[in-house]
Amino acid sequence: MEATRIPEPSEPRHAIRIVGIWAGLTVICVPLVIFVLGPHIPPGHASQQSSDQHQINVVLTTLATPIVLMVWVYFGYAITVFRQAGETIVDGPPIDGNARIQLTWLSVTSAIVLGLAVYGTIDLFSASAAGAGGGQGPNPLAKPANVGSALEVQVIGQQWLWTFRYPGYGGVETATLALPVNREIAIHVTSLDVAHSFWAYELGVKADAIPGSDNVVYVKPEQIRSFQVRCAELCGLWHGHMNTTGRVLSQPDFGSWIAQQEQQYAAVTKQLPPYSHVYYPSPLRRAP
Amino acid sequence: MSTSAGVPPATPQDLELEQPSTGRQLLGFNILWGIVGGAAGYALGHWLGTRIGNHIHAQMATDQDDIANLLGLLLATVGWLIGLGFFNYPVGRMLGRPATLREREEHGPWRYFRLCTDHKVVAIQYFVAVLFFFFVGGLNAMFIRGELTSSNATFIQPGNYLTLVGLHGTMMLMMMSAGVLGPLGNYLVPLMIGARRMAFPRVEALTLWLTVLAGFILLSAILMGGFATGWTGYAPLADQARGGMDAYIVSFALIGISLALVGLNIIATVMTLRAPGMVWNRLPIFVWGLVTTSILAVLAAPVLLAALFMTALDRTVDTSFFVSSGGGSPFLWDNLFWFFGHPEVYILALPGFGIVLEILPVFARKPLWGYRVAVSGMFGVALLSFMVWQHHLFVSGINANLRPFYMFTTELISIPTGIIFLIAMGTLWRARIRYTVPMLFSLAFFFNFLIGGVSGVYLSDVPSDVTTHGSFFVMAHFHYTIMGGLVFALMAGIYYWLPKMTGFKLNETLGKVHFWMMFVFFNLTFFPLFIVGLRGMPRRVTAYDPSLHGLNVFVSISAFCLGASMLVLLANLVWSLILKREQAGANPWHSKSLEWQLPSPVPVYNFERIPVINAAPYGYGLPDAPPVADFVGPRVPVGEGGTT
Repeated sequence: MEATRIPEPSEPRHAIRIVGIWAGLTVICVPLVIFVLGPHIPPGHASQQSSDQHQINVVLTTLATPIVLMVWVYFGYAITVFRQAGETIVDGPPIDGNARIQLTWLSVTSAIVLGLAVYGTIDLFSASAAGAGGGQGPNPLAKPANVGSALEVQVIGQQWLWTFRYPGYGGVETATLALPVNREIAIHVTSLDVAHSFWAYELGVKADAIPGSDNVVYVKPEQIRSFQVRCAELCGLWHGHMNTTGRVLSQPDFGSWIAQQEQQYAAVTKQLPPYSHVYYPSPLRRAP
Repeated sequence: MSTSAGVPPATPQDLELEQPSTGRQLLGFNILWGIVGGAAGYALGHWLGTRIGNHIHAQMATDQDDIANLLGLLLATVGWLIGLGFFNYPVGRMLGRPATLREREEHGPWRYFRLCTDHKVVAIQYFVAVLFFFFVGGLNAMFIRGELTSSNATFIQPGNYLTLVGLHGTMMLMMMSAGVLGPLGNYLVPLMIGARRMAFPRVEALTLWLTVLAGFILLSAILMGGFATGWTGYAPLADQARGGMDAYIVSFALIGISLALVGLNIIATVMTLRAPGMVWNRLPIFVWGLVTTSILAVLAAPVLLAALFMTALDRTVDTSFFVSSGGGSPFLWDNLFWFFGHPEVYILALPGFGIVLEILPVFARKPLWGYRVAVSGMFGVALLSFMVWQHHLFVSGINANLRPFYMFTTELISIPTGIIFLIAMGTLWRARIRYTVPMLFSLAFFFNFLIGGVSGVYLSDVPSDVTTHGSFFVMAHFHYTIMGGLVFALMAGIYYWLPKMTGFKLNETLGKVHFWMMFVFFNLTFFPLFIVGLRGMPRRVTAYDPSLHGLNVFVSISAFCLGASMLVLLANLVWSLILKREQAGANPWHSKSLEWQLPSPVPVYNFERIPVINAAPYGYGLPDAPPVADFVGPRVPVGEGGTT
């Protein structure tokens, strides 16, 4: 910013000081963010998708750190050093722009943004399919490699509970969700009444449940554990209570669980409408 | 301009303003008659709607009187406008009365309670109305935070809770969209460009009275059973919702009309009424901020109107715009709503940019650094804001293959917003900063908006958004940009320009107490909510995971303190404007901008002579800078009906 004006002898070298403080803080903070904060950043490692999303979140936080620090250091320095004490009003130097700095700023921010967009797009469609955990409609592009052998599970939202159908097991409908570990799962999300959103937090899965719409996500659970299922789209009175706990089971455990469900609900399954990716309930009527 | 009173007076001093007696004022068209007209219109519409509705309900087995509600509210609007006197002029014209540009000017307090076409009066009416509804919206937030002090108990019935959530969101969105355009825009645009009025004075008054009515109609949703959809009004939940939804539809539509008209008015004013010498690159940056905002308002609000009309039809006569089983699609609402909704977000950001960039040079005592880049940044934001709306639908399954495009455009917006930061940083370089209350709020704007902007990058990145979408993370993000950004800028604007509008100084000590309380507790309220969201708490819930209880209680306490900081503002307004009045003088901040060269408060005719502009208003530090304007131009007649 000195291009338009030669600094007076008494003027300290503000730019060098600011860059120095910023560089020092960056060197301290970036490792802290990666190694101390990083492991705690959601959504964890319960599935292939969530591991990948976790990694993206760590990368974004690491990238954001120097940028936030740069702005904070600059503003902090300016408001401490460039202050005018007392009541007197003194005009500053009439610098009204600097094309070189503006161009540099534009180039750097553009480069960062382009980099972010390319990185996000690659990750969205990568083989590990980080973006596969986000609802992608009936014809997904982001697919895992071995999608053909995926286990299909349907999630049905209605006010205010979730039910789950397993078309590979006679279309049985269960009240709890269980998934086998280390297997690709294709989750088809739909709704019978209003918009809901199926959020399996630890698995890195979120997909809106829209009536008349088939919303597909892929997930590959990698840890045997339970996970929270919540509704992430306002769906009426008991939206906040539309929770359940899902489980990731070992493959043999899943086999015996689903066999037991099939047997237990056999009579109910016969009464259900045939398995379909969308259901059209009778036209909506209002709550009385 | 033609006047109704024959030969216009030669000078403002000759202008004798009428001040009718109280009796005549009470009988004339005013807010009281507006209320009477509104009530009568509602009764008539409701009666008519019930007649029609009974017939239709018998055939369609619906069980609500939506037709009665909607007709009632629409006729209430007409009655309100009749009572206020908005139809007098068109009817008079039809009867052959002469054309006038404005209503008859009056003095005295009564003009604040009736249709007045003085832009300064309208601005102060706007200011009071918006502040009132802002406090109502804030009170709703206090109730919401009260409910969230427990992870599962329901202090408030879930239906009422969701109504509070919806009222808070809708009220704040509505009132903050009008919050800068209305009060500061209407007051300052003519003063800053050297004009005596807005381009369409009656339209200006209309937008105000529609805004006031919209606020009260929205509140009337409480009496109609509330609405459980939040401010987004997603179908088909909106088709299913109780009668309060009708109030939401009408009030949002009125605000939509009002916003589009305010925008048109500001654009027309800036295009046509600039003083000689006010060329485009001397236009104050605040005016640029409002012009870009106005472009967004004019283009986005009609889409909202269309969407609301469809919802109204779905609810009343069972059209199936948004019902899948009837051949419609909920995605239609999502698309239309967010096509309005995302520009709306920038309707809430750009005026803030304008305010802080206008205030920084004054207290930094330096020219605005990179004026042209700042203007292009604002236009960049405005343009891009129309290309990002589907990022609200990243996990909805709509056009999933377009997600990279929306991710890219969303991230692109950080380039023009980054420019705004660059401009501020350049302006502060080697400045002589004075820490007045407006300056503190302006600096806090950048602190908050940085956090809001950086958190937006997580939301724009699709894989990362899988976690943050629909969670408290989003909620914290947009509160950082709207409250931390726009509301902080609005506060800066209030402390900065209220002395001009009222003629009285605001108390500096109370202002600083207000600032520090608001700044500290704003951050203590909303920063933890990023963590709450990342740990899996969805928005708009009454119950949440018990492990998040501690953080939520902390947030609630901070939120109550944040609410209390608003009482300090209120106390300051009462203290400084009513109890201990202290004259502000014409230019207490030693600004070079045009509005500060006028007396405080500004006289009815603004400029005795239309000024000739010599320079941009940012010539700080230039010893040989010419005065910003010459006030020695030719005298222009000032008349009651046609003051130009």
